[in-house]
Amino acid sequence: MILASTLTTNLAILVLAGFIGFVVISKVPNTLHTPLMSGTNAIHGIVILGGLLIIGLAGNDAFNKVILVIAIAFGTINVIGGFLVTDRMLEMFKSRPKPAPSEQKDGSGDGGSTPGKGKDS
Amino acid sequence: MIQPPLATSFLQSSNFRDVLYIIAFSLFIQGLRGLSGPTTAVRGNRIAAVGMAIAVIATLLNPLEGNWGLIVLGVALGAAVGIPAARQVKMTAMPQMVALFNGVGGGAVFLISWSEFRLTDGYSFTPTYIAIFSLFAAIVGSVSFWGSNIAFGKLQEIIPGRPISFGSAQQIVNLVLLVLAVAGAVDIIQGNHSELVFIGVLVCAALLGNAVVLPIGGADMPVVISLLNAFTGLSAAATGIALDNTALIVAGMIVGASGTILTNLMATAMNRSIPAIVAGGFGGTGAVEGASGAGEHAGTVRSTTAADAAIQLAYASRVMIVPGYGMAVAQAQHAVRELTKELEKRGVEVAFAIHPVAGRMPGHMNVLLAEADVPYDQLEEMEEANGEFGRTDVSLVIGANDVTNPAAKNTPSSPIYGMPILEVSDSHSVIVIKRSMNPGFAGIENELYYEPETTMLFGDAKTAVTEITSELANI
Repeated sequence: MILASTLTTNLAILVLAGFIGFVVISKVPNTLHTPLMSGTNAIHGIVILGGLLIIGLAGNDAFNKVILVIAIAFGTINVIGGFLVTDRMLEMFKSRPKPAPSEQKDGSGDGGSTPGKGKDS
Repeated sequence: MIQPPLATSFLQSSNFRDVLYIIAFSLFIQGLRGLSGPTTAVRGNRIAAVGMAIAVIATLLNPLEGNWGLIVLGVALGAAVGIPAARQVKMTAMPQMVALFNGVGGGAVFLISWSEFRLTDGYSFTPTYIAIFSLFAAIVGSVSFWGSNIAFGKLQEIIPGRPISFGSAQQIVNLVLLVLAVAGAVDIIQGNHSELVFIGVLVCAALLGNAVVLPIGGADMPVVISLLNAFTGLSAAATGIALDNTALIVAGMIVGASGTILTNLMATAMNRSIPAIVAGGFGGTGAVEGASGAGEHAGTVRSTTAADAAIQLAYASRVMIVPGYGMAVAQAQHAVRELTKELEKRGVEVAFAIHPVAGRMPGHMNVLLAEADVPYDQLEEMEEANGEFGRTDVSLVIGANDVTNPAAKNTPSSPIYGMPILEVSDSHSVIVIKRSMNPGFAGIENELYYEPETTMLFGDAKTAVTEITSELANI
């Protein structure tokens, strides 16, 4: 009985997360879809937790240890690489809405950049 | 790891860990909310990264945790590969990078399921539902791993971009592989503890991942990556249920939802249904039709020079630049930015028309132009731009091809018929900068090049744009 309730609780979380996901992601503008894809990509790297959880139980099973080390390495690539590359992309967008910051050599503002104006509606 | 007993018991209590997981997934959601605007996006991504760090720390506090040396080894290996890759990848190669990161995520999922199978002696002592979710994760993770790697190979041009398939037998092969994988999984769920069956399931899923993605043409690849991204998310959520871990469930499911939305958006922008894309074969037939189309039009292409193009642009009052992947490949973004500044100095109104799938994934062109410091308010999305070509004097098409092809509107037999395009031919004149008359990514001839208002400026995008800019300065 206790196990069944764990399952149903988890299924409830699953369904609610799905709805939240749809609502939150629908608000992301076209402009940011590439960073969105790479950012969510980084988030599913959370499977690394699975590897971390199980490796403590691996005991003396050498083969298991090998595949779990690979799994953790894969998860790390996914998480660290994903967040870093998303950060790199978004940094490029960040400087944009500021009008002619002095540290930018070509930020003379002749492109008519307006603070806060973006296609984020 | 020697800790005072009291602190240990508190930090290692499962309630404390669960609270940390709740904080972690709240941060993921808050982080993704930040992505709704360019100004908050950087912080949003970092908030999500903090959530990830918290989730990892919570997991490491588990009293059953062990094999620390192996954990460090795995993380070190992953960091050694992931950090340089993320730092050095060119913005043009972003779709491949996403495919690769997605693939390793899927790989981690199926390896974890495999390990779980071995540790539980073939799910001997666990409730049935755990076996079901773990096997689901194994199959989907494996499909995603192999599929993403093929997608990476195609985009990186290690594997030919054209469809590779078994022809008409393709659907049957895919179906048989899927049925075999599911049958093996059902056999395990019903109490077969043989690891050979589990490996068989993994092999079938791996072959399925290859068989599904290999026949898909290069043009459809971003849609496939997005779909596989959703798959990896769902398989992570399934792993979460099998391991009773809320952070995994929430994070995986949100990625699943996100991938589904993006896949749909992209498929709509290309006027393709997802089943049709997965069924494959796109691109191959187009090349054949394109060849016959070329025959009809031969001899009506007019080419121009940088000097003439500069004069045309200088005396225009409104110029629309239509950037495509070709511009990005030539690294011409910065040269284009210089050209727009030169034109604006002369009072020419310049805007960029961005097709939703310009570049190789949605929003890719925006990233590339942002890299070159092009202001947001010069970028116009397709609907907006299409309303304005009528009052545009010159459309400058730089390395864009299929997204400007009138065949999508006029030729029902064309493979891209029905795809929404930028209606460049509505403008008074069109200058196309292109290296040669070779067809684009979809392998289809472009009728635009043969229309009377179109002139072609052959050459590398960067060189050509730089030449136009210097000619402009001389006028």
